[in-house]
Amino acid sequence: MAASNQFVLACVLAGALASSAQAATLRVAPGADAQERVQSALLDAKPGDTVALDAGTFAFTDGLSLDVDSVTVTGAGQGKTVLSFAGQKGAGEGLLITSDGVTVRDLTLQDSKGDGIKSKGADRISFVSVTVEWTGGPKETNGAYGVYPVASTNVLIDKVTVRGASDAGIYVGQSKNIIVRNSRAEFNVAGIEIENSTDADVFDNVATHNTGGILVFDLPGLPVMGGHSTRIFRNQVVDNDTANFAPKGNIVANVPVGVGVMLMANRDVHVFDNDISGNQTSAVMLVSFSRSFDDKSYNPLPRDIVVRDNRLGRNGWLPGLPGGKMLAAATGGSLPPILWDGVTTYAGYGGPAPRLYLKDGPVLNLNLPKAGEVEAAKPTVTASLGSPGLPERAAVVLPADQDKPAK
Amino acid sequence: MMRLAALLAAVLSLGAAPEPAPVALDALLADTPAPSLDTYRLFTDQGARAPNAGLTPYALNTPLFSDHSEKSRFLFLPPGTQATYAATGAFAFPVGATLVKTFAYPADLRKPGDRVRLIETRLMIHKPQGWVALTYVWNPEQTQAVLKRAGARLPVSVIDHAGKPLTIDYAVPNTNQCKECHSLSGELAPIGPKARNLNGDLAYGPRRENQLAHWTRAGLLTGAPDPRIAPRTAIWNDAAEPLADRARAYLDGNCGHCHNPEGMASNSGLFLHLEETDPAKLGVRRRPVAAGRGSGGLEFDIDPGRPETSILLHRMKSREPGVMMPELGRSLVDEDGVALVADYLRSLPASR
Ligand code: HEC
Ligand code: HEC
Repeated sequence: MAASNQFVLACVLAGALASSAQAATLRVAPGADAQERVQSALLDAKPGDTVALDAGTFAFTDGLSLDVDSVTVTGAGQGKTVLSFAGQKGAGEGLLITSDGVTVRDLTLQDSKGDGIKSKGADRISFVSVTVEWTGGPKETNGAYGVYPVASTNVLIDKVTVRGASDAGIYVGQSKNIIVRNSRAEFNVAGIEIENSTDADVFDNVATHNTGGILVFDLPGLPVMGGHSTRIFRNQVVDNDTANFAPKGNIVANVPVGVGVMLMANRDVHVFDNDISGNQTSAVMLVSFSRSFDDKSYNPLPRDIVVRDNRLGRNGWLPGLPGGKMLAAATGGSLPPILWDGVTTYAGYGGPAPRLYLKDGPVLNLNLPKAGEVEAAKPTVTASLGSPGLPERAAVVLPADQDKPAK
Repeated sequence: MMRLAALLAAVLSLGAAPEPAPVALDALLADTPAPSLDTYRLFTDQGARAPNAGLTPYALNTPLFSDHSEKSRFLFLPPGTQATYAATGAFAFPVGATLVKTFAYPADLRKPGDRVRLIETRLMIHKPQGWVALTYVWNPEQTQAVLKRAGARLPVSVIDHAGKPLTIDYAVPNTNQCKECHSLSGELAPIGPKARNLNGDLAYGPRRENQLAHWTRAGLLTGAPDPRIAPRTAIWNDAAEPLADRARAYLDGNCGHCHNPEGMASNSGLFLHLEETDPAKLGVRRRPVAAGRGSGGLEFDIDPGRPETSILLHRMKSREPGVMMPELGRSLVDEDGVALVADYLRSLPASR
């Protein structure tokens, strides 16, 4: 009797210490009632469990959601397990995750009516080997974001592919401590966008055939502002040539076709060691937020920006900017690859001009007196701009149980 | 001795109808939810028309639109317990408190209360570790409601307000979706039972009484002030109330539970709860952030003076997932709500 009690106790302790030891796998096969069966598994899963979706196509009629911590949702591989939301009748996204420590991996999600996969307020959220796509090609009626962690902490996006998002393929918003790597964003309006977020490493990705390749923005009037500290390196930012198909009213609807990297109103962004070519407007564009805003705590200028040691191919031959053709003609047929609007101040600001080190060049400085006043441009071109010495943030490290360090 | 007592009890209850067994508090507080609603004994009849002792009906000044369904709401408090008044936010409820909300349709929307079919009965149960949300879906025979956790679509056929047949693609939410609406900083919470929503009259049998006063008098609520000095949400469809108050009440009741700093749409920065006073946060000349195709090609959430170019109204008028707001809880457009909010947006001064 005593012995068996001890055994029970040991089991309970072992369970508490290593819940993964008893982790269960909830398998779901495609077929009728996929909605109810998959959603039930997502509700029944206990922390540590895996919800495994077999190969095949699952057709859903509503959004799915997960609110249990430390659950892995896995398929049999990208393109093998397909979650189709073509028949979706409700909810703002395909899959919504609101719990911590969740991994979504090895599956494809298609044609959701709103966003693809969204995580809100999630800590340690990982998207690994996931494809999100809209199968009808770039369309204004496609959902806004493919992979969409927002207000989340410790975000890993690895080996993800997103196609066709009418806003940003991979979009990280109002989040902290972020890695986006080995991923591919194509045929979206924005390929990869880091917005109102802090501490992000974006590397070894391919951003191609979007309107704009990689965007780092900060916007006013949001609960989390003052985004900073992003490194963009070793990416292929090539041939971003899809006409902007974002619905009007959205900020990315203003991104001109053919921008490699666009930085707006953000601080401490380092862009280095990327291949940037085939972008008809600009390789790297630094602009200030040009719309009116009331928010006293908001800084609309890009600042503490370093652009160095990128391999720049042909860019800027047909700039999609107002007056772009004239500008290009004036600068020898093609715009210099690096473009800064030259805005150094804004209403109510009396601080120093933003620090920039644009080592790659030539640099076109529009010298705008005010954000957005393109008519008043006094363009100058220099081989480079600013001077070195801006500190670069150390590599982003995620918790070890989320991202096992290589080797 | 025992046998005598039993015999006496049996004799005494002869002739009188037996007292129905009380609400099953143990079942409400059990770790696993009951598979069928009757286990809780919240109602004394099979069809859930007769509330058990301890249940108090209530109504809200401005309720949520849910595809024209009729709703009945009850508060159950364990014997001897009370809710504690709060001027803002939901009242504090004791453990065991249960909020009950049944969704139903009359056969003809023009004849409320007539030939009513129950669809689902939703519960919010206050457990020691927090609130739990459950829903029970009624069978076609209307004899039993069973637990449904993963959501469902139920076609409901009625005669609409214009006298035409209408099939409603009614959505029973999955239990995570309950939390999308019912969340305060990620925790489940009740929405309706706030002072300002309950500060109105309700018929208790033949007699009407202010709900805050009634709850206080019945010993269900402590700490409530005189209703005349308590906050009050306007009645959205009472034309006698000011337009702005009615519209703000509507937006609070239909949007504010997600669109507030602690709600599911907190990251949008668009706040529509009644307590919000900053016009920019309320959407006035506010540019959308993550609206995607929900923007409808328009520039501002609220374009003051111009409902037709306001994203907020565009999304209320839509039935398309990804565009429609609320993003859960309806498949039809609330035409009366749209008309009210349109009037309100038109009334806002166009220039700033
Ligand atoms: C679309 C948003 C939404 C969803 C989804 C939702 N609710 Fe609610 N619920 C509300 C609102 C708003 C109220 C208060 C207004 C009213 O009662 O009309 C409410 C009221 C209630 C009440 C009465 C107590 C209270 O909080 O006011 C219960 C019980 C309830 N809901 C349970 C549930 C359950 C269970 C689910 C999931 C099966 C659910 N709700 C899903 C919005 C929602
Ligand atoms: C179930 C929760 C929920 C309810 C209820 C709800 N919304 Fe939303 N709403 C959202 C979410 C989530 C977003 C998108 C947040 C994001 O940016 O990711 C949103 C976004 C919006 C936006 C775009 C905001 C912007 O500035 O980008 C508008 C406009 C909007 N909602 C209007 C409404 C209106 C009007 C109602 C009520 C009639 C309503 N919503 C009810 C969840 C909700």
